[in-house]
Amino acid sequence: MDDLYRELIIERYKNPQFKGTLDPHDYSFTDENPLCGDEIRIDLRMGEDQRVKEAVFSGHGCAISQASADLLLESIIGKTLDEVKSLNKQNVLDNLGIELGPVRLKCALLGLKVLKAGVYGLGEASDDLVED
Amino acid sequence: MLDIQKIRADFPILKREVRPGIPLVYLDTTATSQKPMSVIQAMNDFYQNYNANIHRGIYSIAEEATAAYEGARERIARFIGIKDPRQLVYTRNTTESINLVAYSWGRKFLHEGDLIILTEMEHHSNLVPWLMLAEERKLRLEFIPITDRGELNLDEYRKLLELTPKLVSFTHMSNVLGTINPAREIIRLAHLAGAIALVDAAQSVPHFPVDLTDLDADFAVFSAHKMLGPTGIGILFGKIKLLEAMPPFMGGGDMIKKVQLCSFTTNDLPYKFEAGTPPIAEAVGFGAAIDYLNSCGMENVAAHEQEIVKYALPKLEEIPGVKVYGPPAERKGAVIVFSVEGIHPHDVAQILDEVGIAVRAGHHCAMPLHQKLELPASTRASFYIYNTKEEVDFLAKGIRKVIDYFK
Repeated sequence: MDDLYRELIIERYKNPQFKGTLDPHDYSFTDENPLCGDEIRIDLRMGEDQRVKEAVFSGHGCAISQASADLLLESIIGKTLDEVKSLNKQNVLDNLGIELGPVRLKCALLGLKVLKAGVYGLGEASDDLVED
Repeated sequence: MLDIQKIRADFPILKREVRPGIPLVYLDTTATSQKPMSVIQAMNDFYQNYNANIHRGIYSIAEEATAAYEGARERIARFIGIKDPRQLVYTRNTTESINLVAYSWGRKFLHEGDLIILTEMEHHSNLVPWLMLAEERKLRLEFIPITDRGELNLDEYRKLLELTPKLVSFTHMSNVLGTINPAREIIRLAHLAGAIALVDAAQSVPHFPVDLTDLDADFAVFSAHKMLGPTGIGILFGKIKLLEAMPPFMGGGDMIKKVQLCSFTTNDLPYKFEAGTPPIAEAVGFGAAIDYLNSCGMENVAAHEQEIVKYALPKLEEIPGVKVYGPPAERKGAVIVFSVEGIHPHDVAQILDEVGIAVRAGHHCAMPLHQKLELPASTRASFYIYNTKEEVDFLAKGIRKVIDYFK
């Protein structure tokens, strides 16, 4: 447990730094993991330099999915859309600093799936988006 | 009374440690039960000593295999109060049994505008086959609503019956709430309205005495793996007249009497619905599981589970932040579904796993029911003959630990 629920994850779950909604926004996308009922929405605002200026998420889910989304958004501030599009599974795991089994991996990757579906302007978030 | 310690000694998996020093506390029987050594041995014995294909073999071991396969069917029939084993079709599982009825009976006897009544507490396996058929055949579906206590509203059911349904298909015991539905009354009312009734007995047959003749069920379905048997085998029970009127489900060997290049005649019941080499070792294992449950006595099984659930409900309900769903102990089986305030079920299950407790988190294949309960997901603990009150205490302690962790 001490591995899976590192202090960082519990801390970010309890006190997320990037939670909320943006109106207006440049990008917004919502998707869910129907298996566990988790739902995440991510809103982005771009700066004049075409880099991510503000990024927030809303929705509900387990500690892993919420902390993972929070850390992910922190990592994309100042990045270009192309840089965001190139993020993958490993970036998420590096943010969390833990290894995850296949079931919990889905929780951890929900935020990235939503983010990438949003910036690609896709109708739905697909698992393919988060593969390396 | 059951000697639980003696029973536990019969289940090899209960001796294992999940991680060094952490014994397994298995509270997920509703998903699948553990297997006693006698079931594992019976299947090994088949493969080691008389493995052969059934029915047409002339040699000794093929005859032994056939006798074991059919002997299991006879014991299963007796176990559920059925005299004629021809009324039992071996399938892969409960889901396949329901799909068989929907595909074969449904496509022949249901037409545009016909009504099927289901309930709001169904497992996806008793929803999706009917949704598929309804889409294809333009059928109507109505659902018996549940009350705040998670029980079927029978007054609403009576009103729905005035719409003259062709079929009422319902769960005998909810795999989420544990609610035991009044099957005999539901079936009696269905018959009065001119409908036939299908009972999803996946959670009832394993846990308390069920007599399908007494219930007067037209169809009933269940799986071996939830009642100490192996995966890969289930039962479709149907009244002879219904099964005889139904076209075959799948075509192939064993389901035919005579085949010519352009025609075939179907075999007698139940073989008409058993195309291809069936799960023979699994039937042998299923028979051994029935023997084990008979040696326990189903009244004793039910009494033990009732004792556990009566002990467990207040233990969990007294934990601040824990909310338990479903009817009171005396009207439910040993399935307890709960939420912990502010903590996602995945996190609950994950932290419980750290101390060796196996519970299920999610929607338990009942998404519409969770929408009704306004829960995205829940955590479920379920119990069987091998579970003890000490394990309930351990679970309660584990949940308190989860809450402390997230405080």
